[in-house]
Amino acid sequence: MSISLSVKTAIEESGNSRENLMSVLQIIRSDLGTLSPAILTEVADQMGLSRADVYGTATFYSFLETTPVGKYSIRICRSISCDMKNKNAVREALENHLFIKKGETTKDGMFTLTETNCLGHCHEGPVMLVNDEIHTELTPDSAVKIIEEIRIREGVDE
Amino acid sequence: MKKMKLYIDNNEVEVMEGTTILEAAQGLNITIPTLCHHEDLCIAGNCRVCVVEVEGSEMLSAACATPVSTGMRIKTNSLKVRDSRRTIIDMLLSEHAGECVTCQRSGNCELQTLAVLYGSPDNHLMDISIKTEPDRSSSSIIKDDSKCIKCQRCVRTCQEIQKIGALTMSGKGEHAKVSTFFELPLNTVVCTNCGQCVIRCPTGALVERTYIDEVWDVIGNSDVHTVVQTAPAVRVGLGEALGHDAGGRFTGQMVSALRKLGFDAVFDTNFTADLTIIEEGSELLNRLTNVIKGSGEALLPMFTSCSPGWIKFIEHQFPHLLGHLSTCKSPQQMFGALAKTRWSEKAQIEPEKISSISIMPCTAKKFEAARPEMNDSGYRDVDYVLTTRELAKMIKQAGIDFDKLDESECDSLLGKHSGAAVIFGATGGVMEAAIRTVYELVTGRPVPFENLNITAVRGMEGIREATLRIEGTVEKYNFLEGVELKVAVAHGLKNANAIMELVSQGSAPWHFVEVMACPGGCLSGGGQPIPTSPEIREARARAIYEEDESLPIRKSHENPEITRIYEEFLTDGPCGHKSHHLLHTHYTPRR
Repeated sequence: MSISLSVKTAIEESGNSRENLMSVLQIIRSDLGTLSPAILTEVADQMGLSRADVYGTATFYSFLETTPVGKYSIRICRSISCDMKNKNAVREALENHLFIKKGETTKDGMFTLTETNCLGHCHEGPVMLVNDEIHTELTPDSAVKIIEEIRIREGVDE
Repeated sequence: MKKMKLYIDNNEVEVMEGTTILEAAQGLNITIPTLCHHEDLCIAGNCRVCVVEVEGSEMLSAACATPVSTGMRIKTNSLKVRDSRRTIIDMLLSEHAGECVTCQRSGNCELQTLAVLYGSPDNHLMDISIKTEPDRSSSSIIKDDSKCIKCQRCVRTCQEIQKIGALTMSGKGEHAKVSTFFELPLNTVVCTNCGQCVIRCPTGALVERTYIDEVWDVIGNSDVHTVVQTAPAVRVGLGEALGHDAGGRFTGQMVSALRKLGFDAVFDTNFTADLTIIEEGSELLNRLTNVIKGSGEALLPMFTSCSPGWIKFIEHQFPHLLGHLSTCKSPQQMFGALAKTRWSEKAQIEPEKISSISIMPCTAKKFEAARPEMNDSGYRDVDYVLTTRELAKMIKQAGIDFDKLDESECDSLLGKHSGAAVIFGATGGVMEAAIRTVYELVTGRPVPFENLNITAVRGMEGIREATLRIEGTVEKYNFLEGVELKVAVAHGLKNANAIMELVSQGSAPWHFVEVMACPGGCLSGGGQPIPTSPEIREARARAIYEEDESLPIRKSHENPEITRIYEEFLTDGPCGHKSHHLLHTHYTPRR
């Protein structure tokens, strides 16, 4: 779908006033991926808002990325419960496995690794979110296994 | 609305419902320190510097954001308040790159003032400020995030007063910052360079780009002939930057100071303001002639083109309406073009040896002077633009005792001016000056207003309209007999935006519209002394109109140097070939 059509559709679905902006951005994020300058310019123009205002709103929410991210966003919970259950070891295992550091994206554009605030699964920590899917009671090995399964699936798909 | 009685520091006070604690305290002459609060802007309540103790409440309240209630007992100076205030200021300082010895705002910084007054003598908090490279991309404004305290006055100014929204808060928590769209450099976004953010910034995070050193260099170079012009609003602002209250007029002392600084020729932008009236008035009459008598193709309403913030605004936001702008250059640029042609010829100095410097109440004028097309004489119209603040600084640097200066007058040829030129500095002034001249050209009689004061277009109302019935026309303009000339005046780009929406829809009833980018007009431009407030703007406006009434000539067309320039130099008349070449320009659509 073209940017302008996607934005138009999202606005038709959510409404065209400033309080609908977050919902519009959510829809577009899932339709088009990362919110690029071209996309946010289109949103601002179609909604009659300043471009900076739209950018400011998007950057407030970590799930509305404005910089390029991989096809799979891995978000490890950094809250205190997961921290006490050794989330750092999980993160390090993934960093070693993917050859990237926290905040980076793999060269093939497949995975981005970040930390996020509480995911609400404190009783099952450590946890991570891969796109919309939650993975609980992780160990370094189980986390790596989840990523490998995705890789295999992606390989088969292609 | 009902009245409410309350007690602040044991003083009884009665105020209307809805009044904030801060306002109630001001009524008792009790000062509560503030930072994010600004009279011109909506309440933000984010800096917390104004916290006070409300009896019965465990938490402290932000005085700027808390409405009073009946029987409230407030302490503004208790131990708890003093401790919290100190912690808040210490924390702001811990994040602020405090470069007070080099900062442009040092000595006039609200954070510095509060730090000295209320901060810890020995701030024990860790310095967590992050020094980042300032954005120096703009010809007008420098943005230094490491000095920003995130009060968001700039964001609110750009959004609420100007309806531009070039700035926003991006990120959150410790990563929150004042940003442009995708952190792009200021010179590539919709910023109009108006500088209203600069005069509301409490610190040195937003300042003008300064050219003081460059100007000292040309003054000191004996091979360069320096020509200086000062805009009308500078003379009613300069005093404030040199220790006087708002509302003082210092024209004569300013001229003396400019000579003492070493400028070779001291002239006045007011001269080209008068010239603008002749050129723009003629252009308006040409457009009216075309519409009423001729092909009907001229675009109306015609807009004034003096305010460079307004010009950039329309280039960005309403590029399809650029044809409505008068093609006249602003008085600053007209002056620059004449400095390197008419003055060059008369003084017998080659134009390449002339440096043209202007003193402006404006930051956008720096951008305007740098526009590539502004070199119709073959040389830059204007080489350097300084703000009123920068001139005040040069006067101090030179050790001049400003208050002891005798008054003196500008050099002749490009220095004489009418009262009509002076009022260019206030919103409505260009319109009033234009009407004084156009009406007289068309009817042969002065405008039918007491003492030439056209009060309908004066004042601080955001948009003002007036209608003037034209009767008793001279033969050349008899097609205007009985026509009702409809005009409008807007100041602040939010109001300009409202006008433009109507023009866009084709439902604007006016023939001629004056727009100034800054609230109050140039008198509160982004280059004027800091701070600004409604009271300060009123005081400067009073001074402008007093100056107008004090002058022997009140109409642009009666300025003898204007008559002379059309006799000797612009010999094919207003809007003639030579005028068009030197004094008119074109505009650039922008995204």
